Amino acid sequence: MTPDLDNADETIVQTPRAVDRREMLDRLVKLGAASLAVALACGSSLAPIARAAAAGATSQKYRYGMVVDTKRCVGCKSCMVACKAENKTPPGVSYTVVVENGFGERPGDRPLFLTKPCFHCQEPACTKVCPVGATYKRKQDGIVVIDYDRCIGCRYCIVACPYQARYFDFGENYPATSDKTAYAGIPSPEYGQFRTREDGQSPIGNVRKCTFCLHLQDSEGKYDKAAGRWPACAKTCTGKAIHFGDFNDPQSEVSLLLAARQPVRLKEELGTEPNVYYLL
Amino acid sequence: MSEKVLKTAFWTAGIILILAGAWAWYDRWANSDQHTNYTSLVPWGLWVAVYIYFIGLSAGAFLVSSLVYVFQIKRFESIGRLALFTAVVTLLMALLSISADLGHTFRAWHVLVYPNFTSPMAWMIWLYTAYFILVVLELWFVLRHDLVVGAKAQGARATLYRILVFGSKDESEATDASDRQIVRILATIGVPLAIMFHGGVGSLFGAISSRPGWHGGLFPILFLVSALASGGALLVVASAVFQDGLRKHRETVLALGTLVLGLLLLDVLFQVSEALVGFYGNEPDKIENLKLIYSGPYWGVFWFWQIGVGTLIPLALLALPSRKDARMVAVASALIAVGFLAVRLNIVIPGLASEQVKGISAAFNSDRVTTDYVPSAMEWLFSAGIVGIGLVLFGIGEWFLPKHHDSSSEEVSNVNA
Repeated sequence: MTPDLDNADETIVQTPRAVDRREMLDRLVKLGAASLAVALACGSSLAPIARAAAAGATSQKYRYGMVVDTKRCVGCKSCMVACKAENKTPPGVSYTVVVENGFGERPGDRPLFLTKPCFHCQEPACTKVCPVGATYKRKQDGIVVIDYDRCIGCRYCIVACPYQARYFDFGENYPATSDKTAYAGIPSPEYGQFRTREDGQSPIGNVRKCTFCLHLQDSEGKYDKAAGRWPACAKTCTGKAIHFGDFNDPQSEVSLLLAARQPVRLKEELGTEPNVYYLL
Repeated sequence: MSEKVLKTAFWTAGIILILAGAWAWYDRWANSDQHTNYTSLVPWGLWVAVYIYFIGLSAGAFLVSSLVYVFQIKRFESIGRLALFTAVVTLLMALLSISADLGHTFRAWHVLVYPNFTSPMAWMIWLYTAYFILVVLELWFVLRHDLVVGAKAQGARATLYRILVFGSKDESEATDASDRQIVRILATIGVPLAIMFHGGVGSLFGAISSRPGWHGGLFPILFLVSALASGGALLVVASAVFQDGLRKHRETVLALGTLVLGLLLLDVLFQVSEALVGFYGNEPDKIENLKLIYSGPYWGVFWFWQIGVGTLIPLALLALPSRKDARMVAVASALIAVGFLAVRLNIVIPGLASEQVKGISAAFNSDRVTTDYVPSAMEWLFSAGIVGIGLVLFGIGEWFLPKHHDSSSEEVSNVNA
C-alpha cells in the first residue's frame, strides 16, 4: 500500500465527491432545460449549443496529464502491477497497459513500449455518447470519471473510445477474492468510495477506467509526489518514464518537458486532444 | 391444410425455443455477464446484433403499415393490422435482448431521468419510447371497433376485450369515423418518428468516428433500407402463417415480394458502394474492417449467411418467374428475414473486432482483452429464447386479437371509404 495512506485516508473522506455529484446534477438540469428549449426552438443545431452552455459553466483549475518518455521505458510493466495493487481491479480490467510497438513496426530489433493509461482527453469521445451522463470530464481537473451508481453498463463509451482505455467489469474475480480470503475484505480506494466486491453490486456490470488515482488528491484537488500521493503507475515507474503533473502550471515537470521536447499524441486526427503525450 | 402445418410447426418451435432459452435466462440473471463471450475490446456482441435486427424489423413493419394507414394503398390493406402487431412484438423482442445486454438492466430508467443530449443512444431510446406508445395506441384505435363488437360475446376472450375497451359499447359510425381519423393522424406522425428512431439506431453506429467500419453518413440510411427490406419480408412470412396469405391474399403477397426485391437491391447497392469506396480509399483501418467482414474469421457469416441465404437466393426467387408463385415469394422472404440477422452481425462484430491501439490484446493476457469473439452457448440460447417468446406472442395475438383474415380486408376498406 502507499506509504502515506493514513494521511491520504483523511483527505479521501473529504474528497468533494458529494459536491461533485450535486453540481453535476445541477449542471445536467440546466443543460437539459437549455437543450430542451433549443430543441423545441430549432431542433437540429442542438449539440454545439448544449456544449457551449456546459463549457460556459466550467472553469478548469488543473489540467492533469502525463508525458511519457518512451526512451526511458524498458517494458517492465510494473505500472500495470502498481495500478492493479492500487485500484484492486479484477481480472480482465487493467487501467493501464504496456503496448509493444504501438506506433507500428519499427526498424531494428529494439521495441518501442507505450504505457497507455486513459488519456483524459480534452474532447473525450466517450463522455459525449453516454446515454445517462454517468461518465463525464470533471470540471475542476479534467479527469474523466465514471459514476458507478449511475452507469447502466451499456458499454457505448468503450465502443466510442478510440484508445481502448475502458474496460467492462464482467464480475470475474481472482481466487483470492472468490475464496473470500482476507484480501477480499480490503476495499478498493477508487474515487474514495472504498467498495468491496459484492456479487451484482457496482462496479460489477459497470465500465471502468483509469482515474489518475484521484483518490490520492487532497481536498484542494492536489497531488503530492513527495508524500506518495501520486498516480501509482507514475510513482512506481522503474525507468522514470511516466511523468505526471498539471499542464495548467507552466513550471510543472510535464509542462517543461512539453516545451523542451517534441511530443506526439495518438490519433490526433480524431480531435480528441489527449492529455497524455509521448516523447519518442 | 398447409396453414395448419405451418401453425403447428410455429407453436412447436416457439415452445422448444423458450425451453432452450430458459436456462440461459436463469444464468444471465444469476451470474450476470460471466458466461458471455464479449470482451472489453469487442464490447458488443450477439445480443446487440439481435437487438438491432428486431428493432429494424419493427421499424420496417411499421413503415409498411403506413402504406395502408397513411398512403391508403389498397393492395396492402389486408396486412395493415398484422404489420402493426408485428411492429409491437418485434420491438418487445428487441427490448428483451438489449435489456439482457445492459450491465445493470434495472437502471434502464436512468436514461429518462439523467438525460444526456449529446448521446445518440439516449435519443434513440427516447424516440423509440415515443414510437412504442404511438404504435400501441394506433393498434388500439385500429382494433377498437372489433373489440367492442367482440366484447358482446361470452367467454374469456370477450372479457379481455371488455377490459381492453374499458367497458365501452360504442359501435356508432361517428366513433368509427373518429377512430379512422385518429389512426391516420397517428400513422402520419409515426412515419417520421420511425425514420428518426431507426435512423437514430444507425447514427448510434455511424456517428462514432473511432470506428471506421461504421463512420459515415450512409450508415443511418443503410439501416433504414435494411429495416424496410427485412420488415417487409417478415410480413410476407407472417401473412402466410396467420392469414393463409398465400391463398387468400396472394396479390398482396406478390406485391410485397416486388417491394422487398426493390429494397433488397437498394441494400445491395449501398453495400457495394461501401466496399468499393472503402477499398479505393485505402485507409488502413477501413480496409482492415472490410477484410474482417469478407475474409476474416467471420467470412462464412458474410458469404454464406448474408450473401447466400439472405441475398442471392432470395434475389433469384424474387426476380425470376418464381416471383409469381406466392409460395416461392414466401420462401424468399423467410430467407431474407433469417439472412438479415447476418447483416446485423456483420455490422456489429467486425466493426469492433480490430485493435484500436496496435498490440493491445497482446499487452494483457486475458480472455476479456481480445478481439476474438464468438458468442457463447448462453448468448445463443438466450437469443433463441427471445425468438421463442416472440413466436408465442404472435400466437397469443392471433388467438385473442380480432381476426386478421376474415374482418380485416372489409375493415380496412371501411377506412378508405
